[in-house]
Amino acid sequence: MTREVHVVAPGLLTTVQDGGRSGWRHLGVAHAGALDPDAARLANRLVGNDAGAAVLELTLRGPALRFDAPVRIAVIGAATSARFDGTRVPCGRPVDLPAGTLELGSLHGGARAWLAIDGGIDVAPVLGSRSTDLRGGFGGLDGRALRAGDVLPLGAGVATRVDVPQAPAWWIDPAHDRHLPIRYRASAHPAASALARHRWTISASSNRQGLRLQGDALPASGGDGVSEPVAPGTIQLPADGCPIVLLADAQTVGGYAKLGHVIAADLPRLAQCVPGQPLQFAPVDAATAHRLACAARARIARIGVMIDARLPAI
Amino acid sequence: MTSHPACDIEALADDAWLLRFGDRIDPGLNAAVHAMAARLRTLDPPWLRDVVPAFASLGVFFDATEPPARVHAALRALIEDDGAMSLPASAAARFVEIPVCYGGDYGPDLDACAAELGLTPAGLVERHAAGEYTVAMIGFAPGFPYLSGLDPALALPRLATPRARVAAGSVAIGGAQTGIYPRESPGGWRLLGRTPWTLFDPHRNPPARLRPGDRVRFRAIDSNEFARLAAEGAAS
Repeated sequence: MTREVHVVAPGLLTTVQDGGRSGWRHLGVAHAGALDPDAARLANRLVGNDAGAAVLELTLRGPALRFDAPVRIAVIGAATSARFDGTRVPCGRPVDLPAGTLELGSLHGGARAWLAIDGGIDVAPVLGSRSTDLRGGFGGLDGRALRAGDVLPLGAGVATRVDVPQAPAWWIDPAHDRHLPIRYRASAHPAASALARHRWTISASSNRQGLRLQGDALPASGGDGVSEPVAPGTIQLPADGCPIVLLADAQTVGGYAKLGHVIAADLPRLAQCVPGQPLQFAPVDAATAHRLACAARARIARIGVMIDARLPAI
Repeated sequence: MTSHPACDIEALADDAWLLRFGDRIDPGLNAAVHAMAARLRTLDPPWLRDVVPAFASLGVFFDATEPPARVHAALRALIEDDGAMSLPASAAARFVEIPVCYGGDYGPDLDACAAELGLTPAGLVERHAAGEYTVAMIGFAPGFPYLSGLDPALALPRLATPRARVAAGSVAIGGAQTGIYPRESPGGWRLLGRTPWTLFDPHRNPPARLRPGDRVRFRAIDSNEFARLAAEGAAS
């Protein structure tokens, strides 16, 4: 029997994502992928999937999904008010569900969460990845966000038959410290250090391509420079003086001036920025960036080991 | 002999370095970029993830678990190795001839552009098709080639108000460059014609017809040939 997910309500912007595409940037293909790849990997691990399996990325409001057969799910990221046929479903742990409807509802305390389902979302890989490239219009489900009526195929999973939702008492919480400023490596641009002295607000026109910041404009030179490669985390300064922080769907090259880049350890925190939220920046040196990246990897690895130790017991 | 251009290495991301050969659009700088890209692809070190050539700079993405300083040292050694930089860019370059149907519905801006340049439409087509171009970089959208080598006399400013929809395959002039829209999108470049070729198809391998560094020439075709080539492309 084929295992499927039926999309009853799509949520605000729900997309199929995995670890993203690499090796095609020279042809203008964005990296895409989950905005917090560690969260997606941990969600996969909780349901017994390969770390690189495709998950659903939820934005601000999650979807309602119907399953015709039992599934094991896990939600990592911003807290959800998930319910299964009326019963509250906990986050941060594997949950076995019978056939029925899962309503993920609004997200709290952040902008995004990742839902893994055992077997993974089994859409055809495009250019080596199942990630949705919204700007390119390919990957995931026809290169677009989910719509009501969509049916997503699932791979072979581990779920066993249960009559009511079942979850262990333990959970994981890989949440990042929300109160620290976003740490960045400053470029040689004259306004690069001023970024940290201004208070910024996340603009409502932000999306998976980039966060637009509002605040007192920084001094910017008019006109674009010669286009150069950019990357997720690149902090651009357009002529209006309001910076843009690029995210996973970033274009591959850009002509705006660069103020620097957000360090790898803080990129997942950008995924949780909600429109209207204040944001501050703090410059760090290369050694600090490297140390924090190593610490973040070690922390995720420790959580992974804990999951593997507990999973056989459920 | 030290003929290699100066090259700075800057941080682009915690898992990417930017090699900057200069800060202007220049065929020599761009050739150095493509030579370095080809050299890196040939060496293919295990940490290499993506090599992104632009006009005068090269993005080098590496495995995030590799210490950035070690990759920096490897790139520095490569830059200082004369052999790497004197590799002729033409070694990796291919020659691609792209069919274009100029004017009419295919190139709605041709007549206005010709008038602005003091040329007849046929004269503008002749000069545009006579050029030999280089894919300086691919970006903006998947498969969008920025072609350098436009006759400077044909440079035209972009539209003050971009079009909401530019047809896929549109061949256009934007400033001192020419380019081709791979899929229908908004765009502000001036549309001279259209190619029946599909420039980017994510389900094909490789997905793009053109690679950075390729040499390109346009061949003017009529609407009958456009229809025939478009049908062939759709069938393949």
